[in-house]
Amino acid sequence: MIEALEILTNASLWSAVLRIATPLIFGVLGALLCERVGVLNLAIEGIMTMGAMIGWLSVYLGADLWTGLAIAAVSGAIIGLLHAFLTVSLSLSQHVSGLGITLFASSLAYFIYRLVVNVGSLPPTIEPFQPLELPFLSDLPFIGEIFFSQMGPTYLAIFAVFLLAYILRQTPLGLAIRMTGENPHAVEAQGLNPIMIRILAIVVGSALMALGGSFLTTAAFNSFFPEMVQGRGWICIALVIFASWQPGKALFGAILFSFFDAYQLRLQHVVEDVPYQLFLMAPYILSILALILVSRRAKVPEALMAPYRRGER
Amino acid sequence: MRLERRPSVSKKLAIIAPILAIMASLCISGILIILAGVNPFVAYFEILKGAFGSKLALTETLTRACPLILTGLAAAVAFRARLWNIGGEGQFYIGALVAAAVGNSLLTGFPIIMAMTLVMMCSMISGAILLAGPALLRLRFGIDEVVTTLLLNFIIILFVGLMIEGPLKDPFAFGWPQSVPVDRSLRFADLIPSSRLHNGFLIAIIAAITVWIIVTRTIFGLKARATGFTPQAAAFSGISLPKTIMGVALISGALAGLAGAIEVMGVTGYVTTTLSPGFGYAGIVVAMLAALHPGGVIISAIFIASIFIGADAMSRATGVPSFIADVIMSLSLLTMLVAIFFTNYRIRK
Repeated sequence: MIEALEILTNASLWSAVLRIATPLIFGVLGALLCERVGVLNLAIEGIMTMGAMIGWLSVYLGADLWTGLAIAAVSGAIIGLLHAFLTVSLSLSQHVSGLGITLFASSLAYFIYRLVVNVGSLPPTIEPFQPLELPFLSDLPFIGEIFFSQMGPTYLAIFAVFLLAYILRQTPLGLAIRMTGENPHAVEAQGLNPIMIRILAIVVGSALMALGGSFLTTAAFNSFFPEMVQGRGWICIALVIFASWQPGKALFGAILFSFFDAYQLRLQHVVEDVPYQLFLMAPYILSILALILVSRRAKVPEALMAPYRRGER
Repeated sequence: MRLERRPSVSKKLAIIAPILAIMASLCISGILIILAGVNPFVAYFEILKGAFGSKLALTETLTRACPLILTGLAAAVAFRARLWNIGGEGQFYIGALVAAAVGNSLLTGFPIIMAMTLVMMCSMISGAILLAGPALLRLRFGIDEVVTTLLLNFIIILFVGLMIEGPLKDPFAFGWPQSVPVDRSLRFADLIPSSRLHNGFLIAIIAAITVWIIVTRTIFGLKARATGFTPQAAAFSGISLPKTIMGVALISGALAGLAGAIEVMGVTGYVTTTLSPGFGYAGIVVAMLAALHPGGVIISAIFIASIFIGADAMSRATGVPSFIADVIMSLSLLTMLVAIFFTNYRIRK
C-alpha cells in the first residue's frame, strides 16, 4: 500500500504522464476541431495509424524527425480530405464513412509498411526524439524533470491546445468555426461558406490526429508495428465528450487519463497476484465511466452529425 | 452542377451498385499491386484461383464465410435501425469464450443436439447482454454507442486473455495461452468430408433466412426499419423507441455471439486471443456491401472470405503483402458508400 503511494512522489511518473498524453492531446484536439464544425471523425484511429507509419517511414528513409512529423501531418490531411468529401460534399453517414476510412487507412499503412519491411524480420528502428532540456528551467528540482525536459512534440502539443483555445474563443475564425457546428444556416446567412469551413476544419483536424500517431513511432517508441495505436483514437473520441468540446478541458482529460495509464503501468510491478490484463483494461473502463459521468451536462454542438446542403432545410 | 434526389431508386441500379463498387475498389487496389511490382491481373487471377480453384480452396472460403455471415447479419440488423453496433468483435469473442466454457464440461449427460443448442444459446445470450449495455447507455444517458462498443472490444479481448491464462486455461496446452476445449462430441460434423467446412455453415444460412423473415415479414422488423429511417416519425406513430432499439440490440449481439460459438465448435475447438482476424469489423463491410439485406449478406460474406483466402495464396505466389485483402475490403466499403449515394442522387447540370 505504501509502495503504491510512493510511486506518486516519483518525478518519473509525472514526466511519463505528459509523454503518454502527447498523442492523446494531438488526437483529441483534432477530433474536437472536427466536431466543433459538426462532423464526427471516426477516421481518427486509421489516421493515427497512418501518421505513425508515415512518420516512422519518412525518418527511416532519411528525413529528419521534424520533417517526418510534417510529412505525417500531410498524410493525415489527405485522409481528412477524403472524409470531408464523403461526409460534407456527399453528406454520407459520418459513422460509416469514418469507420470505413479507419479500416482503409490502417490496412493501407500496414500494406506500405510490408512493402518496405519483410515478414518475419525485426521491426527496423530509427533514432527517436530526445528530451529537450530547456536551459535553467530543467534544472529545477522535481518540476524541471516533469515540465521542462520533455520531447519537442510534447511542447508543441501543449502550445496547440492554447492556440486552438485562443482561435476558437477570441478570433472571427473561431466564431465562424463554432457557428458552423451550431447553425450552418446562420453561417451561410453571414455570407460565409459553411461547407468550406467544414472541409478545412476536417483537414486540419486530421493533420493533428496524424501528428499524434507519429509521436508514437518517432518519440514514444522507435519503430512501427501493426496494432500499435491500440484504440487511442477511440479514447480521443471519448475524451472530446468528456471535455464538453473545450480545448482546455481536453488537455485536462488527456492528462488525467494518461496519469491513470502511467500509474497502472507502475502499479503492475508493485501489486502482485492481480492479472496484468485488469490493469490494461482500466483505461478503457475509465473512458466509459467518464462518458456516463459527464453525459448529463454534455453540451453537444447543435449541428453535430447533421449534414448541410445549400438551400435545404 | 448540382445533386438532385432521384424520384425512385430502380431495382437494376440497386443491384449494379455493389458490383461497380467492387470493380472500383479492385481498380484502385490494382495501383498498389503495381507498386508491389506485380501485374494486377496476375494477382487477381491468383486470388481467384486461391479462393475457388480447388475443392480445398472453395471449402476454405466457405469455412471463412461462416462467421462473416453471422457478424454481417449482426451489423445489418443493427444498422437498419441506425444502432451503430461496432462491437461485433467483442461480442464474437465473448460468444466464443462462453462456448468453450459451457461446452467443456457442464453438459455431459445431455443428448448431443440439445447440448449443442444449449452451448449456442449461451453464446447468443452473452453476446446479446454485451450489446444491451451500450444500447442501455444510449437510451438512458444519450451516450454514442459507437464509442462504447468500440471500447468494449478492447476490454473483452483483454478479458479473454485473462480467462485463458486463468480459470479457463487449458492445462494440457503445454503452457500456450489457450482456453479449455469444447467437448469433442459437441464439435460440428464436417459438411463436406475431408475438409474444414462444417455444419455450422448451415446454421449461418438458417440464421440469414430467419433474420430475413424477421426484418421483412414481422411487425417488429418494420418498426425497426421505421426507427432507422425517421426516429421522430416512428415515435409519433406510437412505436416505442427504447423497446425497438433494445430488441434490435439483443438480436444483433446474439448473432455476433453465435458467430463466436460456431467458429469454436466448427473450426478451432478452443479460444485464443487471435481467434478472430477482425471478423467483427469485417462484418460491417459485409453488411454494407449487401446494402443491409440479409440475403445479400451471404453473398458478400463469401466475397469477403474469398478475398482473404485468395490473398493468402496470392501472397505466397507473388510476394504482394497479404494486407492487400484488407485494403480491397475497406476500399469496397468506401466505394459502396459512394455507389449507394449515386443510386439515390443524380448529377444535374
